[in-house]
Amino acid sequence: MNVRAIFALVCLLIFSPGSVGAQGFAGLGSETEGFALPEPNPEFIFPADHGAHPDFRIEWWYVTANLEGPDGEPYGIQWTLFRTAVRPDEAESWSSPQVWFAHAAATTRTGHYVTERYARGGIGQAGVTAAPFSAWIDEWEMSGESVASVRLTAGSSQFAYDLSLEAQGPIVFQGEGGYSVKSDEGQASYYYSQPHYSVAGTLTLPEEGEIAVTGSAWLDREWSSQPLSERQTGWDWFSLHFDSGEKMMGYLMRQTDALPYAVSTWIDREGVATLLPVGALSAEPVEHTSVAGRKVPTTWRLQLPERELDIEVAALNPFAWNDTTFAYWEGPVFADGSHAGRGYLEMTGYE
Amino acid sequence: MLLKIKDLWKSFDTGSEQIGVLKGVNLTLPSATTLALTGESGSGKTTLLHLVAALDDPDRGQILLDGKKITDSDDADRARFRREIVGIVFQQFNLIPSLDAGANIAFQARLAGQYDPERVEWLADRLDLTAHLEKYPEQLSGGQQQRVAIGRALAGQPRLVLADEPTGNLDEETSTRVLDLMLELVAETDSALLMVTHSRHLASRLARRIHLSQGRLSETGNAQAAE
Amino acid sequence: MNRVAFAALLSYWRCHPVQLAALVVGLALATALWSGVQAINSEARASYAAAARAIGGDDRPTLFPIQGQSIPVETYVSLRRAGWLVSPVIEGRLEVGGERFRLIGVDLVTAPPPALDADALETDVDASDTLGTPGRLFAPRDLAGRLTQSDLPPVVVAPELPAGIVLADVGVVTRLLDREASLDRLIVLPDQPLGRPPLEEIAPELEQRAPGSQEEVARLTDSFHLNLTAFGFLSFAVGLFIVHGAIGLAFEERRSTFRTLRALGLPLKRLVSLLAVELFAFAILSGGLGMLLGSIIAAALLPDVAATLEGLYGATVDESLSLRPAWWAAGLAIAVVGTSLAGAGAMWKVANLPALAAAQPRAWARASERTLWLQAGAALALIAFSGALAIAGSGLVAGFTLLGSLLLACALLLPLWLSVCLHLGRQMASGPISEWFWADTLQQLPGLRLAMMALLLALATNIGVGTMVQSFRLTFTGWLDQRLAAELYVEAEDAQQAEDLVAWLQPRSEAVLPIWSSELRLFGAPARVYGVVDHQTYRENWPLLAFLPGVWDRVEAGEGVLINEQLSRRENLSPGDPIRIDLWETRVAGIYSDYGNPSGQVIVGINELTRFDNLDRRDFGIRTEAPAELERALREDFGLASDQIVDQDALKRMSQEIFERTFSVTAALSVLTLGIAAVAMLTSLLTLANLRLPQLAPVWALGLTRKRLGLLELARSLLLAVLTFAAAVPVGLLLAWVLLTVVNVEAFGWQLPMYVFPSDWLTLGALSLISVALAGLWPAIRIATRPAADLIKVFAHER
Repeated sequence: MNVRAIFALVCLLIFSPGSVGAQGFAGLGSETEGFALPEPNPEFIFPADHGAHPDFRIEWWYVTANLEGPDGEPYGIQWTLFRTAVRPDEAESWSSPQVWFAHAAATTRTGHYVTERYARGGIGQAGVTAAPFSAWIDEWEMSGESVASVRLTAGSSQFAYDLSLEAQGPIVFQGEGGYSVKSDEGQASYYYSQPHYSVAGTLTLPEEGEIAVTGSAWLDREWSSQPLSERQTGWDWFSLHFDSGEKMMGYLMRQTDALPYAVSTWIDREGVATLLPVGALSAEPVEHTSVAGRKVPTTWRLQLPERELDIEVAALNPFAWNDTTFAYWEGPVFADGSHAGRGYLEMTGYE
Repeated sequence: MLLKIKDLWKSFDTGSEQIGVLKGVNLTLPSATTLALTGESGSGKTTLLHLVAALDDPDRGQILLDGKKITDSDDADRARFRREIVGIVFQQFNLIPSLDAGANIAFQARLAGQYDPERVEWLADRLDLTAHLEKYPEQLSGGQQQRVAIGRALAGQPRLVLADEPTGNLDEETSTRVLDLMLELVAETDSALLMVTHSRHLASRLARRIHLSQGRLSETGNAQAAE
Repeated sequence: MNRVAFAALLSYWRCHPVQLAALVVGLALATALWSGVQAINSEARASYAAAARAIGGDDRPTLFPIQGQSIPVETYVSLRRAGWLVSPVIEGRLEVGGERFRLIGVDLVTAPPPALDADALETDVDASDTLGTPGRLFAPRDLAGRLTQSDLPPVVVAPELPAGIVLADVGVVTRLLDREASLDRLIVLPDQPLGRPPLEEIAPELEQRAPGSQEEVARLTDSFHLNLTAFGFLSFAVGLFIVHGAIGLAFEERRSTFRTLRALGLPLKRLVSLLAVELFAFAILSGGLGMLLGSIIAAALLPDVAATLEGLYGATVDESLSLRPAWWAAGLAIAVVGTSLAGAGAMWKVANLPALAAAQPRAWARASERTLWLQAGAALALIAFSGALAIAGSGLVAGFTLLGSLLLACALLLPLWLSVCLHLGRQMASGPISEWFWADTLQQLPGLRLAMMALLLALATNIGVGTMVQSFRLTFTGWLDQRLAAELYVEAEDAQQAEDLVAWLQPRSEAVLPIWSSELRLFGAPARVYGVVDHQTYRENWPLLAFLPGVWDRVEAGEGVLINEQLSRRENLSPGDPIRIDLWETRVAGIYSDYGNPSGQVIVGINELTRFDNLDRRDFGIRTEAPAELERALREDFGLASDQIVDQDALKRMSQEIFERTFSVTAALSVLTLGIAAVAMLTSLLTLANLRLPQLAPVWALGLTRKRLGLLELARSLLLAVLTFAAAVPVGLLLAWVLLTVVNVEAFGWQLPMYVFPSDWLTLGALSLISVALAGLWPAIRIATRPAADLIKVFAHER
């Protein structure tokens, strides 16, 4: 029994129930009753909601950044802190039911470095405070006076980064005012983003050494208690910054018995977000890459007729495989076509 | 009569069968007599000698020495009989290895409480051992060892001297000398001698001769019988 | 040809079952104690390593506190937050139904041990159940069944866990052990991040030790294990004496067979190889038997050893034995090596046997003055070597080597001593039987030499160890009386309760003596500093070994400190010498004895104690006229829990118990050694019995009863035993002296005064006479009841 693997799987449940199968998790599923569930029409209270919600089973602080060096060379980094609860409460010291884990990655054209951390709640090894804002695990941190201005650090024995993130626009609520539906059976989460960060700092890589980088970052905040529908096998998630100043978030929940459940949000230059109807976004794989023994689509054609969008999205490094306890593809992408830009792609559930 | 043997029976258990060795032996021997006991190998001569020496028990029959019954007596009586009445000379000498020649000669006499240093000295002289008295048995030649054994047997002035092939391990010249000496000493000490031998030549040197065959004794007594 | 020749060689043993038994028993016993001791040692060492392996940290460096025993959880978190990837470990004892288990707690989240991987477990377990309450215990299969107690968390079978170890999440273990949230050590995980600050900046109170060095306890306990090994080796040597005798006799008696086989065309090389094969087979067979015996002995002794190691060194050792393949291999190897050693001489003789050499049946038994003098010469050389070692050598191994060579020298001198005694006896003898008795005993000596040497070793060891233990007991008891002068000892829960306690006690007792202390490192090793108030209790009672004039005034004035004997010996410090404790430069004012503690200790005036960190101010000694009443009042009126208060008698009793257990193993081993020596005697007498017949038969024929001969045989054994015992007393005292003044000082850092206990020798003498009488009885009875026919055969046989 590897406790870490199983806690990771609790999380994966939300990403991709199909990859786990029903075995062993019926028990966990029934415990959902004790946890709070997302309700429609949420009212967020900031900065408190930037902090942890221990009465929900799963929660994350998810940062991706597209960066470039002084020579214009593109890079990408990922910083994710997950919180998962054995029981819906908090307790002192070792008896805390909260378990934390985190992923950090850095991607270049040819390299992809990833590492993970685990921590238990109750002793201060990991946690999130809302004001002043700080999300941490071990020495990794995302901290600042507020979420709008944070220092982001993480690293492994191979790479490290130390970045300043300054929000250039407002927080954007995903779904219906922050209530994000994941399937037509009603599974949902609370979900908001801060897609407007400008970034400056340093990235340290094993071959390149220390590089001064600038770029843009995107924070996703999401929490829920519900596993995904058993019919859903994984997801493909896009976050894109277009050169025009517009942004788009879109995901496809792949389903065994139907077309993917496609959700998308359009964010205009002023930062105003519009939820588009389910199915408005279409995404077709164009090219696949064999990575870690799986076939993963690393070039996509995305179409969103409502916004006259027809682009090809291609990975900076098709081998951006996060070989963590639960493995998935996560890496920077470039968009070309009707709208040019860059962003991040995350793909789970490819076996 | 010094020794009287009546209807003596003895058999040995070989595991598979009983072999009768002595089948009703009768014998009388007066004092100051010498008697040769002859017979084929395995005829039971040594067995008879051991019975007379109270080393072994007969199956049936009686042995009387000086009118006293030595069969049916207990271990202590028999031990006393061995040390006080009998003197034995074995073919293998059987000296006590941890004692020197002098102590070996004196041993039985001292056990029997009949130790006479002068007699031991005299015997040693007669046996030509005076120069060897402080030697240990393993330092002596075969002839010397047998002379020590004869001295041991005679030192306590036993009534009866028993000898089992006393010269069987010695060369011819030595054996003649040893036998001469033994006969002389027996005569001088007034003891009786019962000697087991398979050699008719040696037997002829003794006063009486009996032959053991098929478990019974037959007196040959004269030169014709020795044929 | 091989088969036929081999059958001819082996047929000998069928006719001589007693010799066969002697060979097998001797070899088995030699192997038994040796392998038993090895099993205990390897079990203990494996236990030290098992903890590291169980938690998957055996190849990882580890962080330990430099001072004190535990690491606060906050320190762990600050290390993690500084980028030190470490994972916590705590360890303790779990008592279930009278059995005690090692309980180790690890953080299942940051460093799940490989032994708990899902596919390494017998049953599925939900990860979320392993944390919090009740949590889960993980145990190897044999342990799982014994962990049935209603208030324990459910047990999951983890077959890959080392024997005797129960593993659980650190939170579960903290709760089960009822401990504060603190940690024992931190494992440094692989792949540390870039730019990690050095340890001194984050947690200067911790130090990093290389992989494997967390078994510091193994180093501490080395002396104890060496002690056991020495005993194992001694009994191995004693056992080899038996084997040597049996092989020598068997080879000697088979000379005619060898000659016949050679004459029939068996090449000498082939004969020697066949004999080697035969010996090898015996070695394996008897060795295996000995290993079984050894495992029984080890299993019987292990709980005491475990208790000793825990009491003395705080090392936890699994109390159940597991036999490792390496142990079997080593045990059988030692049996083969031992057999080769014991048989080498005999084999050499065979290899150099002329095909038609004359039979010399008594050659082997013949007393050889030359052998006596050769042995004496070797003994003198060994004594010279010991002398050189005593002057030039240092360290525990040198101490034991000194001990071993002295013992061996004495054993080698024994035949000379016996021979001199027997010659004297013979000269004083009068009467044919007594003359023969002395002369014959003298002639027996070469055959019994080895058995008597074994007996000497065993007796001397018993006297030596007995003297040491008794001296220690006497010293220790007296020392306890001095050291534990206060009538009651209390431990407050915290500083506040301590203050209340002192205030409450002031009017109710004669004196309240703080026993405040701080742990620190002194000369690179953990040590403890105590602060004492100036009080008559100390001035009158404290067991000082050496001191400056006005020692207590100096301590009180902060002009000097007291150090324990261990520290003074280890660092070569005498009263008046300067000493630096942390940053304080002061002087040694006195040295006190401090038994039952392997670490260094310092006593300072209580005012000087503030110089040190991490003060523990919760312990007090109380002087009172009425301890029982005060104890009750403390409990009922003040509300002290019963485990916070202990009276002098109970404390002494506990200390005595630890002491007794420490030496119970040694005592058991010395008694076993004596038993083996008795067996050596028995087998020697039995193997000699056949040789004896031609020597006894003439005496019987000349007029001694068999009963008398039997009694004389018994008397002969007892005479030799008495003479050997007489020699064993001075040898034993010499041994005790070396143990007390050399080995103990090296092993523990204590020197003890030596006390002699002649009444114990009487007991031991009686015991040895009884054991020798028992050993001699059977051969004597065999002679007393031997059928006349057997004796008569001697006269007919060609020898």
